[in-house]
Amino acid sequence: MTPAAPLFLLDGHPVPFKPGETLIEAATRAGRHIPHLCWHPGFAPHGSCRLCMVAIGERQLAACSTAAEAGLEVRLHGEALAAQRRTLLQLLFVEGNHFCPSCERSGACKLQAEACEAGVEGPHFEQLYPDRPVDASHPDVLLDLNRCILCGLCVRASAQHDGKAVFALGGRGLGTQLVVGSASGRLGDTDLAASDLAARICPVGAILPKRRGFAVPIGQRRYDAAPISALPETDDGMPPP
Amino acid sequence: MNAAPPPAPRKLRLATVSLAGCFGCHMSFLDIDERLFALIERVEFDRSPLTDLKAVGRCDIGLVEGGLCNAENVQVLREFRAHCKTLVAVGACAINGGLPAQRNHLRIDELLRAVYQQRDGLAAGAQVPDDPELPLPLNRVHPIHEVVHIDYSLPGCPPSADAFWQFLTDLMAGRTPQLGHGLMHYD
Ligand code: SF4
Ligand code: SF4
Ligand code: FES
Repeated sequence: MTPAAPLFLLDGHPVPFKPGETLIEAATRAGRHIPHLCWHPGFAPHGSCRLCMVAIGERQLAACSTAAEAGLEVRLHGEALAAQRRTLLQLLFVEGNHFCPSCERSGACKLQAEACEAGVEGPHFEQLYPDRPVDASHPDVLLDLNRCILCGLCVRASAQHDGKAVFALGGRGLGTQLVVGSASGRLGDTDLAASDLAARICPVGAILPKRRGFAVPIGQRRYDAAPISALPETDDGMPPP
Repeated sequence: MNAAPPPAPRKLRLATVSLAGCFGCHMSFLDIDERLFALIERVEFDRSPLTDLKAVGRCDIGLVEGGLCNAENVQVLREFRAHCKTLVAVGACAINGGLPAQRNHLRIDELLRAVYQQRDGLAAGAQVPDDPELPLPLNRVHPIHEVVHIDYSLPGCPPSADAFWQFLTDLMAGRTPQLGHGLMHYD
């Protein structure tokens, strides 16, 4: 007889896990959505967006970087955690320039989908309106830093999956920014290919394939069909070209 | 004893305005179509492009489309706040500045010169208009919650007619408006 997989409880629902798995890995396999932006199943956690915060007893922990343990009672829902998630999302919106009506990613954007699901109706905080560049130098890929949320997924995908070093995070605090690994700092001078995972993994509209923006019309996109919590985790931000 | 029939409930007074917006939210509001008949059973319009009244009176609900791009927008918004019990930011521009706010990383004086003095095809000696009747532009476009307290936001660019209807029926029934998936949109 094989021993039953160990379990933890997520809002009272038993979630089986394999030794060494994080809370979010096990929950995702069990079909339970924990909101997240900087986590991706293929990569080590980054722990930066804090959207995946859950409560265990009196403590709050990031589900993407907390190992599952048998018998843990993990809370995801509840008014205090929901309010905190809304605040985190609102801060991400006001820190960048997110004008969804003119964004090619609208309707297929994880930030937007999580915010809609969390019930974020407005930004609440003062808009920063930062002055950030758009880099259109690459023939096939557009980089619009106005929408970058510094999740670091493109950095990890480029280094660990594509075997390149196209992106890095530089600076500190509010000055943190995504930098491009070429002498000129321009995307067109890197070896990034449109088929690289780094060019497709962005959860928001910061890295976009050119000439495909409206191939799927607004209103028929991934999160138009169903809320993000009801959909399976995607491998990539965008399908390969 | 013949009791007089109870008086019909007082109609709610509703004001609407478009500040730095494109009137798209108002057009979408009108898209509730025949539901407008049900609406006017319950509300009376105060200041609104639909009545053409120029001053806002005491209202229960104020719907504000558009953000703040000039001094007159700020004045009108403050009058709405002072007169409306419940003030609603309607649409992307009221909520986060929207498309007009995409000028915010540019200098306003350079923008005005580029449009009125440096474009191709302008008459010789063209000047930036400075008629005293023209409201002064603000350096940056602001969402309305940065200037007055907002009770609710109705997102969308524009919010769909169904979103307007859901929002208003909830509000008229005294419930906190809940849009839910499908009606909650930022685009
Ligand atoms: S990246 Fe997402 S949240 Fe930002 S503007 Fe685009 S659709 Fe909106
Ligand atoms: S460009 Fe996209 S994937 Fe890269 S750090 Fe910014 S938001 Fe994340
Ligand atoms: S997904 Fe856990 S911190 Fe971002």
